[in-house]
Amino acid sequence: MGRFIDKDGMHRSLEGWPLVFTVLTTIAILVGGLVEIVPLMLADDAAERIETVEPFTPLELAGRDIYISEGCVGCHSQAVRPFRHELERYGEYQRAGETVYERPFLWGSKRTGPDLARVGGKYPHLWHVRHMEDPRSTSPGSIMPPYPWMLEQDANLDVLPRKLRALRALGTPYSDEEIAQATALAEEQAAEIAREIEQQGGPADLASKQIVALVAYLQRLGTDLDAAPNVENELSDASSTASGSN
Amino acid sequence: MPSSSTTQAPRVHQDDVEVFSYDEQITRLFVLATVIWGLVGMLVGLLLALQLPFPEANLGQYLSFGRLRPLHTNAVIFAFAGNAIFAAVYYSTQRLCKTRMYSDWMSRFHFWGWQGIIVSAAITLPLGYTTSKEYAELEWPISIAIAVVWIIFAINFFATLKNRRVKHMYVALWFYIATIVTIAVLHVGNNLAIPVGAFESYPIYAGVQDALVQWWYGHNAVAFFLTTPFLGLMYYFLPKAAERPVFSYRLSIVHFWSLVFIYIWAGPHHLIYTAVPEWAATVGMVFSVMLWMPSWGGMINGLFTLRGAWHKLRDSVVLKMFVVGITFYGMSTFEGPMLSVKSVNALTHYTDWTIGHVHSGALGWNGFMTFGMIYWLLPRLWRTPLWSDKLANAHFWVGTLGILVYVISMYVSGITQGLMWRAFDDAGRLMYPDFMETVVQVIPMYWARFIGGSLYLAGMVMLVVNVMMTIRDAPDTLPDAAQIAARKPVTAGMSGDGAPGTGAEGNGTAAPTPDTATASDTPSGKDDDDDDDTPRPGTKKVQLPTPGDD
Repeated sequence: MGRFIDKDGMHRSLEGWPLVFTVLTTIAILVGGLVEIVPLMLADDAAERIETVEPFTPLELAGRDIYISEGCVGCHSQAVRPFRHELERYGEYQRAGETVYERPFLWGSKRTGPDLARVGGKYPHLWHVRHMEDPRSTSPGSIMPPYPWMLEQDANLDVLPRKLRALRALGTPYSDEEIAQATALAEEQAAEIAREIEQQGGPADLASKQIVALVAYLQRLGTDLDAAPNVENELSDASSTASGSN
Repeated sequence: MPSSSTTQAPRVHQDDVEVFSYDEQITRLFVLATVIWGLVGMLVGLLLALQLPFPEANLGQYLSFGRLRPLHTNAVIFAFAGNAIFAAVYYSTQRLCKTRMYSDWMSRFHFWGWQGIIVSAAITLPLGYTTSKEYAELEWPISIAIAVVWIIFAINFFATLKNRRVKHMYVALWFYIATIVTIAVLHVGNNLAIPVGAFESYPIYAGVQDALVQWWYGHNAVAFFLTTPFLGLMYYFLPKAAERPVFSYRLSIVHFWSLVFIYIWAGPHHLIYTAVPEWAATVGMVFSVMLWMPSWGGMINGLFTLRGAWHKLRDSVVLKMFVVGITFYGMSTFEGPMLSVKSVNALTHYTDWTIGHVHSGALGWNGFMTFGMIYWLLPRLWRTPLWSDKLANAHFWVGTLGILVYVISMYVSGITQGLMWRAFDDAGRLMYPDFMETVVQVIPMYWARFIGGSLYLAGMVMLVVNVMMTIRDAPDTLPDAAQIAARKPVTAGMSGDGAPGTGAEGNGTAAPTPDTATASDTPSGKDDDDDDDTPRPGTKKVQLPTPGDD
């Protein structure tokens, strides 16, 4: 060691060779990332697959992009941790297999508001509409910003075929038909949700609005895990993945 | 000491020397950009701090919390701290290499390109164009622009290293090398995406992979944008301001290599107890704890550089800023490893403690190191005394108080949240099943944080005033001073290798005042040589190597 770091040691020579120094530095900073990330890239992700986890519908995808655009992830995590208090408060903890269609991942790093990973189905559609319009109307004391424009501005559904095509290129299994019909499928789902909102006593004519896409996305969150009868097997597979024994 | 070298007469023929100059204007530009964007970024931060306890401050679609938060983080990291490290790099690299930057054109391209990127961020983020990945929110066209500007910066920097007149690279340059290489790798690696629109894209990674890649990037943006370049800054400007050599050469080697090697591993500590594989989270935790030592190596090398010079703090706002900055570096690099320990992380993750932690690093370390550097550079770059020492001192005190109020309020708030979320009553039910209870509880702390942030911003305003008034008093023209160097490269034995610092040899790293030939030749006769700590009008320093030294 001494020979290396002495005043006239080998490191002194290294300081005279910027190219070698840069190469060594580059190696030093690459090792950690490679060791941690490459195994995950190479791993057979069949082990993590959960059969009931499906890609987002076109409308949910549009809603997800609104969620991204508004920066919701800054205050809401989507990753329930395996602690009793979190299971009680939010529901099942996060499984790797649930996240395979998340581009980008939206786990977040802050809970200024509650975790949303399992919010799907927790409230009626209308609750979400009112909450986004004026958070304090449904949740007294809330410090969330209001998003009234979501009830006024149209969601951009025309770009959905392009988005689905890009996602399929990356590995999300959308069919040709889904891609071709993406906008129509989204409009169909939006009409259904808008009708339900109206039935629950909410405003009419929301079908084309951003709020409906967002509601579609929020109502989907965390629901895939319980979507099928054979969920028990899937759960045991997934939990072994989550605990690192793959 | 500078005074001992001021009257030496040159004994060297003109043929033996070459005349060159340092590009001072580029440093001035980066200093001004630092100050302007610092003000903007902190102002946005203060608005965010107000929006939390007072949601009515969400001013419509474009100025709501969710859209402004990435604008704040990008502005303070890449605009404020970014311009500050570029100022440090351009000022110190030229002097440590005893040569002008390789290309003035590239330097300007870097400067204006970077400001263009910042402006485009300030426009696109409020419009809602974001990737949502923390500190990598800018969409693909801007990402590409960042890569291009960074590559030009790298070419300019490495070509300057090649042109250097000093054989050995001083420790500050090591940290700059690590910064430039690693940021390039991280930025490209994390931003790989398929565009689906002018400002929209999907990342090539999904789910768990995306999370790991993002925090490999995110944590090391902290490491290689907010730590290594600032350590380089510290290694150059602290010995300069203290007029002392760096404490230990050996320590600088050990802590440099261990820091750059270990930091990269720590990313997964942002993902503990999520769906990333357990082993990855554990490795992240273990390396985070290991990181404590190399981090404190830097702190010790910084603080011990002041051994025997602590009395200088009384009169030097620059040193005061540096000492508080390095102290906060030490505190937050202890806190970081602690927060990555799983059992601690279980309590603190997702809470305001994280916000307190990053601000102890950002306001304390990055902010105060930047302020110290600017107060040191101002009189030198603009060749005029600082307008008001009193105001600078007031900045120091109000800023320090601001950090403390900010950080302590976030600690209290974070621990409160963590404890309330996990509390059970006697019957085994959640004590606070309604999340709202835990929100309402910490609102007083949000107000306290707003006060802390206001104090810090008030200090920033004092800096702006001092900068403006100092520049107003500056000479109309500021031509680059001529420097003289021996034609042959200076060899190891005789030179200080451009290392800053004066006086006796420490443990080896910093030699006496760099004795490469330097001379000031400004028309005004003012000596603005960088080896000199206080500009002394009327004196002229000529200090040339004897031919035998080659």
